[in-house]
Amino acid sequence: MNRRLSWFNVTTLSLGFAFLYLPMLILIIYSFNASKLVTVWAGFSTQWYVSLMGNQQFLDAAWVTLRVAFFSSTLATVLGTMAAYVLVRAGRFPGRTLFSGMIYAPLVMPDVITGLSLLLLFIAINLDRGIFTIVLAHTTFSMCYVSVVVSSRLMTFDRSLEEAALDLGCTPFDAFRSVTLPIITPAVISGWLLAFTLSLDDLVIASFTAGPSSTTLPIRIFSSVRLGVSPEINALSTIMISIVAVGVVSASLVSKRAIIRQRQEELAGVRA
Amino acid sequence: MAQSKPQNVFAPWDDPNEVPLIRFRNVTKRFGTFTAIDSLDLDIYRKEFFALLGPSGCGKTTLMRMLAGFETPSEGKITVDDVDVGPIPPNKRPVNMMFQSYALFPHLTVEDNIAFGLKRSKMSRDEITARVTEMLRLTRLEKFARRKPHQISGGQRQRVALARSLAKAPKLLLLDEPLGALDRKLREDTQFELMDIQEKTGTTFVIVTHDQEEAMTVASRVAVMDHGRIVQVDTPAGIYETPNSVYVADFIGDVNIIEGNASPAGEGRVSIHYAEGAQPIIAAADHIPDGQRVSFAIRPEKIVVGTEPDPDRTNQVRGRIVDIGYLGNVSTYHLELPGGQKFSAQMTNARRLARRDFTWDDEVWLSWTETAGVVLTE
Amino acid sequence: MNLRRLLLIAIPYLWLLGLFLVPFLIVLKISLSDTAVAIPPYTPTLDLSGGWASIKEFFGQLDFENFIWLTQDELYWRSYLSSLQIAAVSTFITLLVGYPVAYGMAQSPDEWRPTLMMLVILPFWTSFLIRVYAWIGILANEGFLNQFLLWTGIIDMPLQIMNTTTAVYIGIVYTYLPFMILPIYATLEKMDGALIEAAEDLGCSRLSAFWLVTLPLSRPGIIAGCFLVFIPVIGEFVIPSLLGGSRTLMIGKVLWEEFFSNRDWPVASAVAVVLLILLIVPIVLFQRNQQRQQEASQ
Repeated sequence: MNRRLSWFNVTTLSLGFAFLYLPMLILIIYSFNASKLVTVWAGFSTQWYVSLMGNQQFLDAAWVTLRVAFFSSTLATVLGTMAAYVLVRAGRFPGRTLFSGMIYAPLVMPDVITGLSLLLLFIAINLDRGIFTIVLAHTTFSMCYVSVVVSSRLMTFDRSLEEAALDLGCTPFDAFRSVTLPIITPAVISGWLLAFTLSLDDLVIASFTAGPSSTTLPIRIFSSVRLGVSPEINALSTIMISIVAVGVVSASLVSKRAIIRQRQEELAGVRA
Repeated sequence: MAQSKPQNVFAPWDDPNEVPLIRFRNVTKRFGTFTAIDSLDLDIYRKEFFALLGPSGCGKTTLMRMLAGFETPSEGKITVDDVDVGPIPPNKRPVNMMFQSYALFPHLTVEDNIAFGLKRSKMSRDEITARVTEMLRLTRLEKFARRKPHQISGGQRQRVALARSLAKAPKLLLLDEPLGALDRKLREDTQFELMDIQEKTGTTFVIVTHDQEEAMTVASRVAVMDHGRIVQVDTPAGIYETPNSVYVADFIGDVNIIEGNASPAGEGRVSIHYAEGAQPIIAAADHIPDGQRVSFAIRPEKIVVGTEPDPDRTNQVRGRIVDIGYLGNVSTYHLELPGGQKFSAQMTNARRLARRDFTWDDEVWLSWTETAGVVLTE
Repeated sequence: MNLRRLLLIAIPYLWLLGLFLVPFLIVLKISLSDTAVAIPPYTPTLDLSGGWASIKEFFGQLDFENFIWLTQDELYWRSYLSSLQIAAVSTFITLLVGYPVAYGMAQSPDEWRPTLMMLVILPFWTSFLIRVYAWIGILANEGFLNQFLLWTGIIDMPLQIMNTTTAVYIGIVYTYLPFMILPIYATLEKMDGALIEAAEDLGCSRLSAFWLVTLPLSRPGIIAGCFLVFIPVIGEFVIPSLLGGSRTLMIGKVLWEEFFSNRDWPVASAVAVVLLILLIVPIVLFQRNQQRQQEASQ
């Protein structure tokens, strides 16, 4: 369809995206500010990046966060994919309603409740808090996100592909491994990325479930932000925003190119 | 019809010594309270091209899925080669299926799709390669071996699906609406290709279709299904010429149906009184009790339309032309009998159109022989 | 049922039972307990070694004292009410801001749309905390907004925005905007453009075509977007604690302080239980809406 942008739409889009991006832009610009006073421009400088690199507390916290995010997202991807498969394919079994309820509930559960309840569990079973408990907590809520992403892919998946595999001699497990899994892989990967980001991002649940030696980056940022704006945090934010921006933009370019290539191949196929 | 070879007619169903490959014995399938298949018996023989024909929801797909192993009968027994296949999972059955959506694995090449089932058998790599090459040749896909399914056309995809399901040389190949996704021209070509491949490989084919023309073209025998039951099993010619019920007569091709009361009219004949004051229809039929309510079914092309009654034919009825449908090779005449019944007749246009001697609103004579139609009691 | 199927179901099931349902039952139990100066800081604790009698005694000690306490101290019900109010108002503002953006996206040329989509999703992937933090520098008394307004001469005294409810509204609208835009855009994008042409052909003006056709048809997206903002905002903690200052009451923050500052676990648990009960109604409504939409699209 041929749609034309009216001045009204141009204005709303510009204002909307300015609202979304201006705060981050200011943050980035002022991370290069020479002054410690964050709102007064005193010339270009990268000193805050240098001092950030020397800040052992932040580096330790970043390392903890990355490990937690890696382990929890990997575990969550395995469990979430299993849960998605159970939801979409396992048919009826006792307690199915409870199961699907437990998959969807954490998505809308406020972080404070999830964090509090997990902390109380860890205390009740006398589990020392540390990286391990954060991983358990993050796995639990992010597996639900993974299973939502994967199950929506499974729902649009042509069931007869699996039946064809069975028909051609696969055992059900074999059919999953050689047909289903390769086809849903993109969804599984985006589930993993989502789980990874959620874990990187989480402040509240980590605050409840972390031990004294396992401070994550968001906890560290939060405690220093409470004292006010600091140029070091600006520098850190800039780094995190650029990593995400590079990641998202390149992912979308890759998928765009894949779509274009597929279209070209299809055209070639029709001509042949 | 394709199978009407005068010598050496293929008709194992008429041979009492033949053992059927597949036997359904009293098979019932229920989904909850819905009965999809209702105590059904059916025999299918080796090398048959057997068509299951019926409207959607008649149970034909369920029947096929029970053969493939995706559904298990609620009651009754299905045997393949005298082995009860009930407890055998789909991956262990000597049966392969070609899916309606083709179900080609999108992440594998044409070659790998065809080799998929072979890799799960105890074949050596060389044997697999040889078999894949053979299948590619059979389906004329050599050039596309390394393409992915989304890179080939619909007709090619259909052939890949066929090659993949034939690769394991199954005892029985099931085809679920195999040509449904193709356009008309391609479908007709593919029908003959399917018959050719079936003959070459000697595999027993069971095809599910809702397209009566397709069933008539490809099949050695057709089973017409309705509401989980088989209404009639016969050769295409048998189904067309001697339907056993109004349902079958109506489902296959065009037909005129006239209801009336039968009375005996000499040896092997009945007369059917269908309207007050009208000459009764004389038709060949056996064992019809006097006064039985019957339906007389006659195909439009069995009726001769003329300005004069045809003295050679027993039945002669007056009618008025309501409409003429000109189809080029034939014309269909829509007529009304004096009693108000609608009737259609079909005549080949042997003469040029301009020289046709009747037109709209003309009174004409319809004539047909005693054996042109069938008398149905249900 | 074979072993593989059993394992496939059992592993995620047991995980969720153990780490989602059981913890919540513990919260429920502690909310019925009493505060104590002990580790853990509440009584009773379940001691199974005493057998049946101790279990009986354990249940005998549970009571609704903490819930009664919640109704008596006005801090709690005021923060519940204020959470609801803040959530409702900010959802409405987010809708007002988000709808035109979603509409503009749906009207834009095909080749722009993936990019615009990406621009909406990008903030979602960046840290929530950082996005809230970015506003501190803008809204502070000597922040960019006040500097700008002073420079233009609109005001001659810095506005106190930081540490007010206004700052919380701004923070919420900013961080939750993508959740509003995306579902609305999804419904608008699916809409057949010929409908608008048909409406105009039948005599509607541009505006009345929008009002009579576009808006009603985008209702499912509006409802979904509103719930996606409203539900999480009720339990929001980061935004009120960074932007709202001590005067903004939100229940998530109260729970946090009850737990970490006052170390009153039973009351914190009771607050959590009530918060969850509060959330059940919108969650159920949201589920219904989603289900109806799914059925409609099939």
